Amino acid sequence: MVTITKRAFAALATASLLPLAFGGFDAAFAKDKVKIAFVGPLTGALSPHGIGGRNSAELAVKLMNADPNTKYDYELVVLDDECKPNIGVQVVTKIASDRSIVAAVPHYCSATAIATVDIFNRFKLPMVVWAAVLPEITYANKFPEVHRVSGILIGQNRIGAEFMKARGYKKFVSFVDSTDYGKSMNKYFTQFTLENGNDILGTFSVPPDQQDLSAELTKIKELNPEVIYFGGLTPLGARLRTQMAKFGINAQFEGNSGIMGDAFINAAGPELTEGTVTFFDSPPITKMPGGKMFTNAYKAAGYSEPPEAYGPFAFIATNLVMETIEKVGPDRAKITEDLGNVKDRPSVVGPITFDDHGQNITPLTTKYVVQDGKWVVWEDSEYAAGKRKLKNLP
Amino acid sequence: MGMIGQHLLNGMMQGTIYGLVAMGFTIFFGVMNVIKFSHGDVLTLGAFGGLVAVWATHSLGLSVPMQFVAAFAAAMLLSAVAGAGISHFLIMPLRNAPPLNMLLMTMMVGTVLREAIRLFFPNGTNPQRFPELLPSGGFNIGSSFFRTDALILIVAGIASIGVVYWIINRTKFGLAMRAVAEDVETARTMGINFARVIPLTFALGSITAGFAGTIYGLYYSEINYGMGLLLAVIGFTAAIVGGLGNIWGAIVGGYLFAGLQTFVVAAIPSMSDYKNVFAFVLIIMLITWRPTGLLAERGSERV
Repeated sequence: MVTITKRAFAALATASLLPLAFGGFDAAFAKDKVKIAFVGPLTGALSPHGIGGRNSAELAVKLMNADPNTKYDYELVVLDDECKPNIGVQVVTKIASDRSIVAAVPHYCSATAIATVDIFNRFKLPMVVWAAVLPEITYANKFPEVHRVSGILIGQNRIGAEFMKARGYKKFVSFVDSTDYGKSMNKYFTQFTLENGNDILGTFSVPPDQQDLSAELTKIKELNPEVIYFGGLTPLGARLRTQMAKFGINAQFEGNSGIMGDAFINAAGPELTEGTVTFFDSPPITKMPGGKMFTNAYKAAGYSEPPEAYGPFAFIATNLVMETIEKVGPDRAKITEDLGNVKDRPSVVGPITFDDHGQNITPLTTKYVVQDGKWVVWEDSEYAAGKRKLKNLP
Repeated sequence: MGMIGQHLLNGMMQGTIYGLVAMGFTIFFGVMNVIKFSHGDVLTLGAFGGLVAVWATHSLGLSVPMQFVAAFAAAMLLSAVAGAGISHFLIMPLRNAPPLNMLLMTMMVGTVLREAIRLFFPNGTNPQRFPELLPSGGFNIGSSFFRTDALILIVAGIASIGVVYWIINRTKFGLAMRAVAEDVETARTMGINFARVIPLTFALGSITAGFAGTIYGLYYSEINYGMGLLLAVIGFTAAIVGGLGNIWGAIVGGYLFAGLQTFVVAAIPSMSDYKNVFAFVLIIMLITWRPTGLLAERGSERV
């Protein structure tokens, strides 16, 4: 057995305590770490949007942590929902049951978000949706934990229907995916198109991962619509546009926020997407109040992927959460309560005001058209100037 | 009514792909009594190999016809090597194990292949644009629009089915395959090199998958890492409904499945969301009616 002398013991104790003492000295000046979660599609066909959102949320955290005046040191916990409701439920349950995470910035896909809102409510985890636009996410229930900075798809469809009527289009076909998102798109597209006195010749609903659209396109060709309205997300939209061309269908292509972003143009190619019109709940980054700051900061951070259409919304959702924590502390209940009172809060996309359902009510819906491989605001385009023409104009 | 021709063409195109996949299943089962569930993922591997070959030949400045040939050659070679490798290293050692072990093992190999493409192919999680190597456009007959690329691919697909049939029924290797399918021990006694015939048989079945994968990429202008999953389920179903072990049964099953899918959309467009459900329900009814398949396997006609 080893015996330790008194002197050896004293030396050992001193050696052990010194680092602790200095560590404690450092710790007294360190900020408390606060965890917030980001959830979006980081793999799969919608990953360009998810990665753009993730980068933007991460950028918000980096900028906040770089500010010496903040009270906390923020850590972003990033999780992949693959835009699948079952995976979304798994990852949200995981973050909700982790008490060290005090708030979340979740979901690009509506079908995933609508599947997880109950979990946020049940676990009392405050969240701010950064992209999913299905109205029911905020309006089907009155969950105090649920908020959303992005718009809702009702406005996109109302403005879209008015726009198409103003161009003189009368005969439409609706082509949507079979998720809750697609169904809701079809509901409001149908409502506003019929209200405007136009005809819907046929409605087609397919699973978002369906590859072969030839039977549907054959029927659509027979119906001979002037416009094909698409209510779905980028992969199916690009597939539809590609296969439309292969079938020699020359209808005008009308989309919405689901295809907004560079990913759609890259997937279907600039030639086929030329002249596609879309309605999206935000002006382009360059026209946003803080657009220049966001673009410069994003570029300076060195991300190789673009922020995509909803990147600025992920940025402001994350900022909103951190600003609230700065104000009320890292406490789920207090954050929920304070987020409920957001009114005219300045952000890079403009002022944010939540209604009694946690929905941002600031209307920003903007009309876009693809021109030379880029989304251009309709009013600024050569189409609006009359130099180029949409397809099938009556 | 004017669209019937076009729906027929659509069904033919899909049926050709399904039939090619089903033919692989029936070859594997006919010779080794193996249900190789990695077949769909071998198809995906072949299609990605074809895509890389197109990229490579394009960057070398070769002509479009050369890129087309390279796509098929690379896809078929890669899938043949994968199929032969799976049989040599994984199926042969397990040939005396319970069939369930073999089934599970092939499913796991399929998952490995699929995930390897997703993880290691550049940007593999996202759908890949497959370059258009065939003439675009088409022509109208009445109110039907016939895509030129679809017609070429259907002819190529049917010709490939004919070639496989010829190999099985008119060549020495085909004779050896049929002998092994009939009775392994007798075939070995008669001097057939069992260890060589089995990997070659799997290579032949997998070539049809590589061919189908390239047709798929050319027709839809897109491939993705998960495309083999549903194709394998449909191909396997087609093989079963036609009569597992009977090549003509597989072809009939493939066209029947595609026909049912197309019929649903043509007859009731609002039901297009349910076309797979409808097709599978009818197949279930057919299997219940004819448990051994429409063209039941006969001992003397395996593969």
